[in-house]
Amino acid sequence: MDSAIEARGLVKTYPKGARALDGIDLDVGAGTIFGLLGPNGAGKSTTVKILTTLTLPDEGTATVSGNDVVREPERVRLAIGVVGQKSGVDPEATGRENLLLQGDLYGLPRSEVRTRTAELLERFSLTDVARRLVRTYSGGMQRKLDIALGLMHRPDVLFLDEPTTGLDPEARAEMWDEIARLTDEEGVTVLLTTHYLEEADRLASQLAIVDRGRIVASGSPDELKRELRGDTLLFELDGLIDGVAATLSRIAGVRDPVLDGRFLRARADEGARALPAVLAALEAAGVPVAAASVARPTLDDVYLRHAGRTFGAAENEEVLA
Amino acid sequence: MKLALRHTAALTVRLLRALWRQPWFVGITLVQPMIWLLLFGALFKRVVEIPGFHGGSYIQFLTPGIVIMSALFSAGWHGMALIDAINRGIMDRFLVSPVSRGALIVSSAVYGGVVVVVQSLVIFGVAFAVGARFSLVALLVMLGLAVLLGGAVTGLSNALALVARQEETLIGAVQFVVLPATFLSSGLMAANLMPHWVQQVARFNPVNWAVSAARDVTLAGTDWGSVGIHAGLLAALLVACTLLATRAFRVYQRAI
Repeated sequence: MDSAIEARGLVKTYPKGARALDGIDLDVGAGTIFGLLGPNGAGKSTTVKILTTLTLPDEGTATVSGNDVVREPERVRLAIGVVGQKSGVDPEATGRENLLLQGDLYGLPRSEVRTRTAELLERFSLTDVARRLVRTYSGGMQRKLDIALGLMHRPDVLFLDEPTTGLDPEARAEMWDEIARLTDEEGVTVLLTTHYLEEADRLASQLAIVDRGRIVASGSPDELKRELRGDTLLFELDGLIDGVAATLSRIAGVRDPVLDGRFLRARADEGARALPAVLAALEAAGVPVAAASVARPTLDDVYLRHAGRTFGAAENEEVLA
Repeated sequence: MKLALRHTAALTVRLLRALWRQPWFVGITLVQPMIWLLLFGALFKRVVEIPGFHGGSYIQFLTPGIVIMSALFSAGWHGMALIDAINRGIMDRFLVSPVSRGALIVSSAVYGGVVVVVQSLVIFGVAFAVGARFSLVALLVMLGLAVLLGGAVTGLSNALALVARQEETLIGAVQFVVLPATFLSSGLMAANLMPHWVQQVARFNPVNWAVSAARDVTLAGTDWGSVGIHAGLLAALLVACTLLATRAFRVYQRAI
């Protein structure tokens, strides 16, 4: 498979001593959606800034569409579309004017600027509001215009830095559909950063989990989840019972039992099959069970395993830091 | 080169269009210089009676000073648009596109120049209404000098905007500089009546280069050599400030 993006050993330290990137390697296949998943402050945006020529790495190399981001920034810029974390739309211009300017900046032939503008307005359902000032747009409409701007010159690679942050659930779902269509209809490679596990799971065919400036795991969402082997069994007990975890570890096919207050967790290769045996064992031991559930592993479990903390805890830590 | 011109034109149009959509701001920008002209004109009307002030009407004397002062005042603020573009993420969108840093700065200077021309024409109109008279050549040279100074100051304002990236810093710096720079020139007072030390400082003040050349072309017996030197100095300053602002993008990109 051709690599649309290749990065080796990217390191970036900011003047105040914060090490934003601590050796990032990436291989993004052409025509795929690649997800860079991690909590705020993990280094996702810094990686995007380096790959989009906005800032230089201290160490390491990277190519986008075969062009070196440090030595050939002009060629990289022609090959990429960028939708930043902050919306880059000009609120004091109309949607149409934003697109026309973008076409001028990328040096498209004037007639093509107009046809492409009309095409993108139509594609993102913005034709009706094309002549309204962007500051009157909803957040979802502004975000769609952002993506339209990024696609103006038909880039090979589109960077979407936290494309759905700040959107309401309905607008987010709509944006997901738009992003999923990009690789199909535009044939563009997408590098998506997100701190929503669900978003990465749903959109990306390949994932890298970033934590504290390093990639701690990578693979397809299914591969990453499969690595955890099996399902999660969760029981809510009626009362606090010591020694119950030991009861479970004697059952074949059940691993890692952990008692956390009234909650008993374990893993099983095939959760649904193990459930009756576990319930029977608990009953025999005289442990009253209030509720039982079987769940497929989530990316949250993957993150917990590789970063050593739950995603929510990492996010809170960043907020406190 | 052709593409750089297209970039500059498109970016200039963006700035002018945003200005045009703020009628109150346009109004204030145009009314303010009229107020300076009429207020100072009335306040210091009898200054011309001071011995050594070579006669004529004060409005006639004051008009070149107000034209240059207004160019300085309006151009100083152009860095604000750049900070706004940074805060909104628009600047980053431009920086990852094929647009050159030079086109971003030159478009701002061209925009500043257009504002200066319109503003100056309004001042000339008001000055004419209250009795000042200038030859066409004098009007054109004054316009040119105001545009050169305005462009240079726009470059400085943009350079500071890129380095500081804070509106408060830019506001503070502009307010700190513009009034002293105006009063350390012969904008409001005849050069030969200024204290000796002010005359000495004024020699190094670009505002004074513009004002003294602009006034010189309104008087009989213009010293064209001196006007040319001052215009040349201002042109060099414009180039230097534009290059400085273009370089300042590096400081900005290191910080993000």
